[in-house]
Amino acid sequence: MKKEENYIINVEDMTVAYHVKPVLWDVDFHVPEGVLMAVVGPNGAGKSTLIKAMLGLLKPVSGTALFWGKPYQTQRKRIGYVPQRGSVDWDFPTTVLDVVCMGRYGAAGWIKRIGKAEKKMALEALDKVGMLEFKNRQISQLSGGQQQRVFLARALVQDAEIYFMDEPFQGVDARTEKAVIDILKALRDTGKTVVVVHHDLQTVPEYFDWVTLLNTQLIASGPTAEVFTEENLKKTYRTSGEAIKE
Amino acid sequence: MNVFSDYTTQIVALGAMLLGISAGMLGSFVVLKKEALVGDAISHSALPGICLAFMAFGAKDTNLFLFGAVAAGLLSIFVVKTVVKYSKIKFDSALAIILSSFFGLGLVLMTYIQRIPNSNQAGMEKFIFGQASTMLKREVYELLAVGVVLIILIILFWKELKLYVFNPEYADSLGFSTRKISFLLSAMTVLAVVAGLQTVGVILMSAMLVSPAVGARQWTDRLSIMVLLAGIFGGLSGLIGTLISSSVRNMPTGPAIVLVLSIFVLISLVFAPNRGLLWRQIRHYQNVKSIGRDKVLMNLYYLSRQHENEHAHAIEAICMSCDKKIEKQYRQILEKLVEMGYAAQAQKDCYVITTEGRNHLTENGLIKEANYGLL
Repeated sequence: MKKEENYIINVEDMTVAYHVKPVLWDVDFHVPEGVLMAVVGPNGAGKSTLIKAMLGLLKPVSGTALFWGKPYQTQRKRIGYVPQRGSVDWDFPTTVLDVVCMGRYGAAGWIKRIGKAEKKMALEALDKVGMLEFKNRQISQLSGGQQQRVFLARALVQDAEIYFMDEPFQGVDARTEKAVIDILKALRDTGKTVVVVHHDLQTVPEYFDWVTLLNTQLIASGPTAEVFTEENLKKTYRTSGEAIKE
Repeated sequence: MNVFSDYTTQIVALGAMLLGISAGMLGSFVVLKKEALVGDAISHSALPGICLAFMAFGAKDTNLFLFGAVAAGLLSIFVVKTVVKYSKIKFDSALAIILSSFFGLGLVLMTYIQRIPNSNQAGMEKFIFGQASTMLKREVYELLAVGVVLIILIILFWKELKLYVFNPEYADSLGFSTRKISFLLSAMTVLAVVAGLQTVGVILMSAMLVSPAVGARQWTDRLSIMVLLAGIFGGLSGLIGTLISSSVRNMPTGPAIVLVLSIFVLISLVFAPNRGLLWRQIRHYQNVKSIGRDKVLMNLYYLSRQHENEHAHAIEAICMSCDKKIEKQYRQILEKLVEMGYAAQAQKDCYVITTEGRNHLTENGLIKEANYGLL
């Protein structure tokens, strides 16, 4: 085991339950700085729940998630979150540019409005994800892949050090997947840490250098080369939450 | 009949207009949040609050009534949210249950109050359907104050409200507590509803929140314009409704205002561009026609591929049928295609696809899909 200081994310004893049924059971793992990490596991394994609990979006039964040794609430501005595309109503009356600008709301704080400098940042982010020409588009007219790019651009303008992305490749076209992963790799190469909830086992070794395998309980977590083994995958996909009952 | 110069009518119309503007603007957020029925729950729940205030203080002072209404309205929202959070009952069911139990309690209390000897001047019936004509100047000032406060809050918290309605989880992740914003929105809704009780009444008050927003959404894809339009629809309905109700004897204000609102909504639903029913129907019809044309053009394309040298084909070959009626339809479509330059007529009833027609099919991806065997 490496020394504790190398890790910037430390999750300990994370247990989450909806009503009675535990969704996450005593999950511990650590993430070092500057990795591109996948959270992998079957449907209902608690992948999204894990991220939400880490970001304080739902209350765990027990457990803590620390970023640079401190709770999320004090580190918000250094952390960006990209929710699932399906979590919003895309018929909301607003434009692409406006959605991306939301990424600066946190820095602005309550009541204060965002100005020209923020709009410029948003335009730059849109350019990065290849959506600049759509800036004035009503968001209901976007395809799934375009929606995902807009969400990514919104996170980019947050200018965070750690990014959490919930299923960014769900239902997007191949071109978008490529564009998104290129941007994520570029982020990692500049020293940022990216955590991605991921579905497609095929692409894990190619995309990610760190993996956390999850099925209610933690199966394994570490560098892809060490952790992403057939044996661990079997463990992850064989059980369906039965193991915790004993 | 001289409604327009009558001082009372002017005062009342002004009050109703202010109410309509602020309720309409606020309602935009409520409707986009898909919580349109919350206003209904609050207004119905206000009735027992009013009754209890009367029973406790016995006075005819409307301010005390309104205090009771605010308390009961807030309580109802609190109960709904608690029930949803801690039980498996869904939001809509919880609303329906709370709404009807509070309103039931209110009606029981009202019956009881009407048996009390000094209650005949209590004037509580006006809270059911609204009776703006009894409004005092002071009450109009109160409406004005509520309206201004609501509009200022909407402007101040514009960004927070938008973020909360569009993407609450993201709002939380940025540090904008959705609990706080949700409370703000509920409190504002209670304020608007209670302010409108005397004018519109508990039964129809929620329409003041919901209808202007629904109508406004039809015309625009910008939140700011939607909120502005909803304010205008609400304000105009308040004004016109009050004028109608004061020119017809014994006509309560609430129903008059709501009817005017409904006309606004109806017009918006049918005639608005893009989202309006009429527009959609026209577009659908155009789509069907254009698809029909593309299908005929595809037939021409297939025929041209079956032969080495391209030559025109008779209409029977193109439509693969000898039904005279279908042939006539095809002739019309083919003539249109010739007019558009996608096909050319060699001789009577013989047509061939042009390069332009081929390009048109390629642009729409039809030829590619045909090559994959998808069509």
